[in-house]
Amino acid sequence: MKTNKPHLTIAVTGLNAIDSPGPGVAVIRGLLEAESFSCRIIGLSYESLEPGIYMRDLVSKTYSIPYPSAGMDALLERLQHIHQQEKPDLIIPNFDSELYSFIKLAPRLKKMGIHTFLPTLAQFEERHKVNLPAFGEKYGLSVPRSKAVYTANETMSLDREYGWPLVVKGKYYDAALAYNHEQVKAHFNRISAKWGLPIIIQEFVHGTEYNVTGLGDGEGGVVAAVPMRKQYITDKGKAWGGISIDDKKALALNAQFVRETKWRGPYELELMKDKSGNYFLLEINPRIPAWIYLAVGVGQNIPEALARLAMGWPTDPFTHYEVGKMFVRYSWDMIVDLAAFEQISTKGEL
Amino acid sequence: MKIKKNIAVSENGFIFNPSSGESFSANPSGLEILNLLRQGHDKESILNHMGENYQTDSQTLERDLTDFIETARQYHLFEHEDE
Repeated sequence: MKTNKPHLTIAVTGLNAIDSPGPGVAVIRGLLEAESFSCRIIGLSYESLEPGIYMRDLVSKTYSIPYPSAGMDALLERLQHIHQQEKPDLIIPNFDSELYSFIKLAPRLKKMGIHTFLPTLAQFEERHKVNLPAFGEKYGLSVPRSKAVYTANETMSLDREYGWPLVVKGKYYDAALAYNHEQVKAHFNRISAKWGLPIIIQEFVHGTEYNVTGLGDGEGGVVAAVPMRKQYITDKGKAWGGISIDDKKALALNAQFVRETKWRGPYELELMKDKSGNYFLLEINPRIPAWIYLAVGVGQNIPEALARLAMGWPTDPFTHYEVGKMFVRYSWDMIVDLAAFEQISTKGEL
Repeated sequence: MKIKKNIAVSENGFIFNPSSGESFSANPSGLEILNLLRQGHDKESILNHMGENYQTDSQTLERDLTDFIETARQYHLFEHEDE
């Protein structure tokens, strides 16, 4: 059946729908449910066992791409090959660690006809965990005190300033609470071995954690925003269940963030509300969160709006969403032929 | 002492605070008290109502009602008392 809807080919990363999930599969579900266009999904994977690769009802074809550590040239070369094969209209990168390369490559991708809608490099750098105190001061947002450290010894005096416990954070991912200096050192060594330096030592704010996902138009306007409270958190701190809420303060803070920074693209704000009702901005993730399908489910299809903005199509801001809707995540065992695993492992395509 | 307008209470006693995302369960007598509070009854009026409908002494009733109201306050279910 022929429709008048435009048809897009969209490449998506973050297919690792595991216990600490990437957002890719949820993004794809949103894209496939878009009302204003139809699309074909190309998966971009880093590992052969990323579950999204094998979800053939969601992902038409997957190509492996090089890790960010391989450099931008290697990524560009691979994307040029994929472009020759699939002619994607846009790419939605979903990992913090790959964003730098995609932001830098965006003008060249655009020349190839591949659209993106990403934060500017200045926005991306500015909101980095390492720069959060300066970021909070610049934009008038309350953030917990923190310091970036390069050696475990530098952490020794911070407990006097911040009190116990301290939050030990990796520059991209991972965070752990430490209640004494031995634990600080252990977390420092473990996290720095995985994610490199610096490590961020942050003041712990007691309270309730809330998250807001949204989309900024790059001119200070909020295109979409949905606040959520985590109801069930895994041992890795990931939401396994959550509920949409109507938190006026969180939405006001979100609007302030977008207006002041003129944020461009999707994001997730991690907020902590203390006992007095004050909000602290703990982190700004410059990408779609893994729980994005909740936003789709409550009436704000952020992946669809993101694709529209990337294509330069007019996109009306969402004005409401359903409050009190929950998501409950689950795991699912797929049966996969060895031949499929062999093909993505050896040829880098499936 | 007024229950927030946006607090949702189901007929089974399931309470949802849309501002915070918190949910709670009340037993049938708790649900009855909540509904009376939502209708604007004060503590005295609720004590009279409960005294007429439950076989218990007034001291126990007052203690239980005070406990219930204090718990509801801690859960930020009343207007102008949480932020």
